[in-house]
Amino acid sequence: MFSISLQHFLFLGAILFTIGILGIFLNKKNVIIILMSIEIILLAVNINFIAFSSFSGDLSGQIFAMLTLTVAAAEAAIGLAILVVFFRNLGSISVEKISNLKG
Amino acid sequence: MENNILDLLLFPEFILSVGAIAILLIGLFTTKKTFSSTSNLSVILLIVVGIIIYINKNISFAYFNTFFKESSFILFFQILVVIGSIASIIISSNYYKDIKLLRFEIPVLILFSTLGMLVLIGSNNLMSMYLGIELQSLALYVLAAIRRDSLQSAESGIKFFVLGALSSGILLYGCSLIYGFTGSTNFNDIFTSISSLDNLNLGIIFGLVFILVGLAFKVSAVPFHMWTPDVYEGAPTAVTAFFAIVPKVSAVALIYRFCLEPFGDFYKEWSQIIIFLSIGSMFLGSIAAIAQTSIKRLLAYSSIGHIGYILIGLASTNAAGIKGAVIYVLIYVLMNIAIFTIILSLKIKDNYVEKINDLSGLSKDKPVFSICIAITMLSMAGIPPFAGFFGKFYIFIAALEAELFYLAILGVLFSVVSAFYYLRIIKIMYFDDLKIPNYQTNISSKASLILFFSILTITMFIFYPSLIINIGSDISIEFFNN
Repeated sequence: MFSISLQHFLFLGAILFTIGILGIFLNKKNVIIILMSIEIILLAVNINFIAFSSFSGDLSGQIFAMLTLTVAAAEAAIGLAILVVFFRNLGSISVEKISNLKG
Repeated sequence: MENNILDLLLFPEFILSVGAIAILLIGLFTTKKTFSSTSNLSVILLIVVGIIIYINKNISFAYFNTFFKESSFILFFQILVVIGSIASIIISSNYYKDIKLLRFEIPVLILFSTLGMLVLIGSNNLMSMYLGIELQSLALYVLAAIRRDSLQSAESGIKFFVLGALSSGILLYGCSLIYGFTGSTNFNDIFTSISSLDNLNLGIIFGLVFILVGLAFKVSAVPFHMWTPDVYEGAPTAVTAFFAIVPKVSAVALIYRFCLEPFGDFYKEWSQIIIFLSIGSMFLGSIAAIAQTSIKRLLAYSSIGHIGYILIGLASTNAAGIKGAVIYVLIYVLMNIAIFTIILSLKIKDNYVEKINDLSGLSKDKPVFSICIAITMLSMAGIPPFAGFFGKFYIFIAALEAELFYLAILGVLFSVVSAFYYLRIIKIMYFDDLKIPNYQTNISSKASLILFFSILTITMFIFYPSLIINIGSDISIEFFNN
């Protein structure tokens, strides 16, 4: 009988985390995609926390996951707000356009 | 132990959070002179918080089940953060008035990020550490983009946000691995559960590396430094001053505590990473700053270099390293307060000084200011009579005691290279021709007082070094006794 063990959850978390990181680095078009990737990273971590917590019977991981969710919401709000400010100034949210400051 | 609910009212973080919300409301409902009243109130609140942190060393009730810890190391860094925030609010108020960026949110955001820093410096649990880092960073992202009509400010905000959020995500992933493989989020429990192991297992090592990467982003140590120059350049100069003075201090305190407290027994696992970060930061901080034309970018690379020296103290993992770091961080804060007070008050016609060449021939027009810049630059370069020399001296002593000879030698070599660009500023001020004859200064009396005291400490340090050095040795002795 096939059963889902801790390793499967950790694999899922690791894959989602990698997708999030790659989404930030490979994306050339749109800053919104970066914000989505950041959310994916945080949710991957949540899967890790919940899995560890559930398999070890220790509750603090679940509390940590709740805190992470709150922080993720605040982070998304601030990220979108900064993005709106950027869009008003430049009229574009392309990643390639974020290149005024160099040196 | 007596648990008194009134003790909670004397918990500095509690007072700061309630006070910050109150000041936010005051700013929202007053109509006249909102900015100056909120920034004055913030300074008063921070002074109160600083005094409470200092007098009140033991409130067990408020530790929330070992979420926080207290030691003289934590106390020192918390007070330093509060002092840095007070100084950066005071020195920047004239600048904000001048560029008409009178948003009352700025002092409130500084208060919230200071709150986050106090939490993360005192944290004794992965949860309070993460929440402190996020509270600090979220306020800083908004501060970087606070000038809404400027493309540069918005761009620096977006760069800072993306890289900062990525680093927090990486750090959090590390937290989850450490939690999973040790079964606890508490630093003491992590320490006890790994102290029975001979070698760390792969999961804990991965978690440790991920967390160190996240923290290296926050201190802007080398492979993870790329946001620093852009954010420093793009953000309004007063915000840059805050970025340079305060968040580095808290992140340094956290990286020290995180490496030495839960993972103190396994320094072999992380010391290579720290040595690499340190050498990389010193190298880049000294080489990349040479070609800069903007003062803010130059100071960004200079702060990367200073972080490299501070990390030497961590790599040497001995009491002398803690002592050196405490002294270095204190002097670093003073030097940055001095240089940013000057940058924030020196104007050419209607613009603030931004390029290094704007300083050309300054000594003929404003001799006092150029003396102050010269002293600060010599101190940053580590030239003997000034305080910066002693910071480097104690750090290198620590490296020698730990037999990290190559680290000390590289540190001295890179500090010689970096002396080039510090001395170049002095050369431009004193030996180049005066191009713009009318420099203007816009410095408030409080800011000039702060400038006077920081310059005084930098120059007079050599006469009374024991004042600061004794603090450093007391802290380092206590740190290793616990």
